[in-house]
Amino acid sequence: MKLTGAEIIIKAFEHEGVDIVFGYPGGQILPFYDKLFDSSIRHILVRHEQGAAHAAEGYARATGKPGVCIATSGPGATNLVTGIANAYMDSIPIIALTGQVPTTKIGSDAFQEADITGITLPIVKHSYLVRDVNTLAGIVRSAFHIATTGRPGPVLIDLPNDVSTATAEFEYPPPVALRGYQARREIDPNLIYQAAKAIGEAKKPVIYSGGGVISSGASEELRELAERAQIPVTTTLLGKGAFPETHPLSLGMLGMHGTKYANYAISYSDLIIAIGARFDDRITGRLDTFAPHAKVIHIDVDPAEIGKNVRVHHPLNGDVRAVLKELLLRLEAPEDQEWLKQVMAWKAENPLTYAWVDGVIKPQYVIEQIWDLTRGNGIVTTEVGQNQMWAAQYYKTLAPRTFISSGGLGTMGFGLPAAIGAQAGCPDKLVFDIAGDGSIQMNSQELATAVAYNLPVKVAILNNGYLGMVRQWQELMWNRRYSQTDLNVGTPDFVKLAEAYGALGLRATRPEEVRPALEQAIATPKPVVIDFVVAREENVFPFVPPGQPLTKMVGG
Amino acid sequence: MRHTLSVLVENQPGVLTRVAGLFARRGYNIESLAVGQTHDPSVSCMTIVAGGDDLVIEQVVNQLDKLIDVIEIRDITQVKYVDRELMLLKVKAEASMRGEIMQIVDIFRARIVDIGQETLTIECTGDAGKAQAIEKSLKPFGILELARTGKIAMVRGPKYGDV
Repeated sequence: MKLTGAEIIIKAFEHEGVDIVFGYPGGQILPFYDKLFDSSIRHILVRHEQGAAHAAEGYARATGKPGVCIATSGPGATNLVTGIANAYMDSIPIIALTGQVPTTKIGSDAFQEADITGITLPIVKHSYLVRDVNTLAGIVRSAFHIATTGRPGPVLIDLPNDVSTATAEFEYPPPVALRGYQARREIDPNLIYQAAKAIGEAKKPVIYSGGGVISSGASEELRELAERAQIPVTTTLLGKGAFPETHPLSLGMLGMHGTKYANYAISYSDLIIAIGARFDDRITGRLDTFAPHAKVIHIDVDPAEIGKNVRVHHPLNGDVRAVLKELLLRLEAPEDQEWLKQVMAWKAENPLTYAWVDGVIKPQYVIEQIWDLTRGNGIVTTEVGQNQMWAAQYYKTLAPRTFISSGGLGTMGFGLPAAIGAQAGCPDKLVFDIAGDGSIQMNSQELATAVAYNLPVKVAILNNGYLGMVRQWQELMWNRRYSQTDLNVGTPDFVKLAEAYGALGLRATRPEEVRPALEQAIATPKPVVIDFVVAREENVFPFVPPGQPLTKMVGG
Repeated sequence: MRHTLSVLVENQPGVLTRVAGLFARRGYNIESLAVGQTHDPSVSCMTIVAGGDDLVIEQVVNQLDKLIDVIEIRDITQVKYVDRELMLLKVKAEASMRGEIMQIVDIFRARIVDIGQETLTIECTGDAGKAQAIEKSLKPFGILELARTGKIAMVRGPKYGDV
């Protein structure tokens, strides 16, 4: 049977198990939207295309399935760019479908024409400009395969208007053999043996685990490794949830705003077992002083990450879960328990703390209360800045896919649309967006989306009237010159803003109001915005100033 | 150190942009790049000469290998290979000078491909050393124009990868 290009896309989405897409229509993508009208695929109409890309990512990270976002040509497509870049930096599988001017007009500066495959070249895992409707089904199949296998990432499909109306015989092709793409690699048993031996011989081992553990579904294996060998575990921001943070062996997050004990453990270790993590500068601090005595085992699916930033002694290139399974078969536990005692002593002596001030809401207290009320059973998304770091420090994540934050790109405005995507994918979960007053204003229009689809996300704004993280840097490193970071004038009344959209708006200005506000928000079956008016100049501590060794932590 | 990479890619629009873009984005240096279709019309071969220490080149190779359109990549620097560049030179050549220029052309086994009233156009193929040498020898006569391809390379002996 002959189908149009638009119908082929929808059929192909159905074959790929797509149930929800996030998008915004426009002229050149109209043929697709016309066919979508008759489809069973649920479409969430966002209020800005950036929201669609972040929502697709939030959906993907919460469910483990690829997220799909859709926009029209030109400005619709360019509005997706930040979201695509975010998914690329954090290795999240999303498919971005964009309309394009007809093939006969490409290159003529037609109305709403933008070279989106060109613009996104450095921030996609792969991209397609579809020129022939007969190749379309195969392209969609390949796009999903590429996005979800190996190191996951965003794939863009640019669909010219005339291709979406042209017809072709539809048959969903068998898995496409891509001669230039190898998702899985054989693991050399000898390297596994040597790594296992290194673990057995280590005196001061530490596990450093990242988002790769979550994308590969290897939390169980990670836990078995840690428990059998009695090795403490620290995670990156993206690795939160890979290992339960209430576990005695958990050291929480490491790096620039990591716990003191995690940073001590990695700095004084003699063996780092890096699992699905990439030694980012926010993790290592000054690179030439990073973990000077440590040998490194690096498990990662992406061969280009191994040896990129630090010297690796035991490279284990492959799917994290598959490698861990092999490693567990040969695992030898270190005998020496002195190190673990030392690490546990650091942990006991250096808890995360903040000073309580009567009558003032400390932002950390809000996060503690959210954790206490949810017991880690909800999903938390964050914006970017101080709110994100306090959430990372004080919200003890228990399970994979329940802490969703913009790591590599650090995108303000990510949290609310990501929460919407997560809530759409997990309707039974309680979803919190931990926000700042700056970040929330970058995509607050998505409150309309949350209300329209009754996605009952709870937005907890830690409102200090500043771009708090930038202000903190100005305070600590730029002589308290608060250039362009005071947001107090012009910030909307967030309660009224919520009400204007038809959401519930609440405000807490004193510590004793925090818990009742949260309880009311949780009990309300619709979107809620809570304006927590917090201490204005609270800082995130500990803090490793940029370019400093991890042991040079300030505060906390 | 200078490395020679032999890269097989899908013969499709946009592939060159992906490869060149990756070099630009990650701050790697391309010294020369030559590309053309192979005996399989769906495959092109790129020969890339890139500068950088071994760690940088290892990153270049790993990052290029991740591109879906890159089918195969080999650093052939340490392998025995044949390499050629093609150079065209237009030299100032009044009648009195032509004999001397033609002698030089003969020595380098180059060819004269066009004669103008006061110019000679010379075609020369060879490795980078030969191209450099003939350029130097002809310089005193006055080089008016010069165009050269990047280097293309092929490993000596049986098909690379089959041994």
